Amino acid sequence: MAARAIWKGEIKLGTTKVPVKLYSAVQDRTVRFHVLDDRAKKRVKQHMVNPDSGEEVASEEVQKGYEIEPGRYVILTQEDLEKLQPPPSRDIEIVEFVPQTKISEQWYERPYYAGPDGEEKDYFALVEALRNKESEGIAHWVMRNKYYAGALRAVGDYLLLFTLRDANEVILADDLTKLSGAAPTQKELAMAKQLIEMLQGEFDPKEYKDEYRDRVMEFIEKKAKGRAPRLKAVKPKRQTAALDNVLAKSIESLRKKEKRAA
Amino acid sequence: MPPRASRKQAEPEEENAGGRPFWSGTLTFGLVSVPVSLFPATRSNRTSLRMLGPDGQPLARKYYAEKTGKDLDADEVVRGFEVNKEKYVIVTDEELERLAPEKTRDIDLKQFVPAESIPPLYFERGYFLTPAAGSQKAYKLLAETMDKSGLAGIATFVMRGKEYLVAIFSDKGILRAETMRFADELRSPADVGLPEKKAPAKATVSKFEKMIATKSKKQFSPAKLADKQTDSLLKLVKKKEKKRENVVKVEEEVDTDRKVVDLVKILKQSLGGKK
Repeated sequence: MAARAIWKGEIKLGTTKVPVKLYSAVQDRTVRFHVLDDRAKKRVKQHMVNPDSGEEVASEEVQKGYEIEPGRYVILTQEDLEKLQPPPSRDIEIVEFVPQTKISEQWYERPYYAGPDGEEKDYFALVEALRNKESEGIAHWVMRNKYYAGALRAVGDYLLLFTLRDANEVILADDLTKLSGAAPTQKELAMAKQLIEMLQGEFDPKEYKDEYRDRVMEFIEKKAKGRAPRLKAVKPKRQTAALDNVLAKSIESLRKKEKRAA
Repeated sequence: MPPRASRKQAEPEEENAGGRPFWSGTLTFGLVSVPVSLFPATRSNRTSLRMLGPDGQPLARKYYAEKTGKDLDADEVVRGFEVNKEKYVIVTDEELERLAPEKTRDIDLKQFVPAESIPPLYFERGYFLTPAAGSQKAYKLLAETMDKSGLAGIATFVMRGKEYLVAIFSDKGILRAETMRFADELRSPADVGLPEKKAPAKATVSKFEKMIATKSKKQFSPAKLADKQTDSLLKLVKKKEKKRENVVKVEEEVDTDRKVVDLVKILKQSLGGKK
């Protein structure tokens, strides 16, 4: 079944506009629970209360405030908030392009397919140009009363528009300090290198399955039938041995595994 | 994060309460184990607004039972999975905890892949790993080795009632975990129903290539990701504060879990081995 577009816009590149429709590229499969009232086993409601008096405050009486210092707030009225909204626009403005490897994984937030909307000639030409240049575009747009910054990329035969986190949100390793403590020896480094190389391969996402999700679902099904299995507690284990010893043993056991596989 | 209840759940998802690590556990490669703590590598939005009452007093979000109208405390609510309309199976924290086999609780790096080979489609959120006391050497060993080889380690593990697929990167000597989406959580162009590719005209392709070339930069500059909305909100707040317009002051007990936490400071302390 084809997905529904969540938004329509136009990629603006100089004076050229390429109309696109956005579709979420993500399909969340997290097991969803509801919060229930333990006694009635019914879904709960939520409301705002004054924590001192315990009294409910009706939603039309709730105000929004920005905390300028502990206990001091500037109240932003509905009118203020509306004024802060960006003017609506359909433009996905590309401000610049960067080589595809330059944006670190920390910035990427959510991917959307940007599929062609009507006109397709320019669309597929842009896909090919982005792919040939191995570039991605830094994009600005306004969607549902909110500013977004993102990255436009060609993936396969189509365009993907990623939302990127804003500059303030990401903590970079540069902001942090170097690690204290003893440095590993040359021998340890050489063994660790050997070990990691033995474990080296290609990234194949299909190799990884959310098995825990299946276990939770299976458990729920059994419990629904009144046949919940008894679950045992797990005690965590601890291991302490000299680093070079453990490295040597790791390499040895991997070699044995390889031999058996051969 | 805890298993999500309905979307309405008031839980601040990735909040780093009181500077405690998000998770503590063991990172392993081969038979080497490195006890580590996980801290978010992202800060929450600076403009989260507080809900206030008519007199400016900060409000709390509470669950209540619809029938009785009575407020419910944390120990009066449970987590339920809807198996049929309004028929729920209750699942406890203990059951969720016990459903994770022991081997799934460690971040066991079974595979290493070229760090730049993972498509950005997979990345979800970043966390810095800091070594527990006494494990600095093994931590450094892994970080340095990964750095030199340009590899990232891949693992799955269960944390707080959810299984995560992660890629561990060595970032200037610091290990960073990026949680990733599982393959079945991503749609393909066919799933979405995108039309089949039509061969474009060569002239149009080269027109776009030229446009790209003229707007190309060598480096990515995060300044291009400035949050305009937040900036204009902060400006308005300043203006109103100056004019003493809509400013309220309330007596409030400081809730330690709500205190603004300086993540960078906490991370520096954890990396520096100081308490």
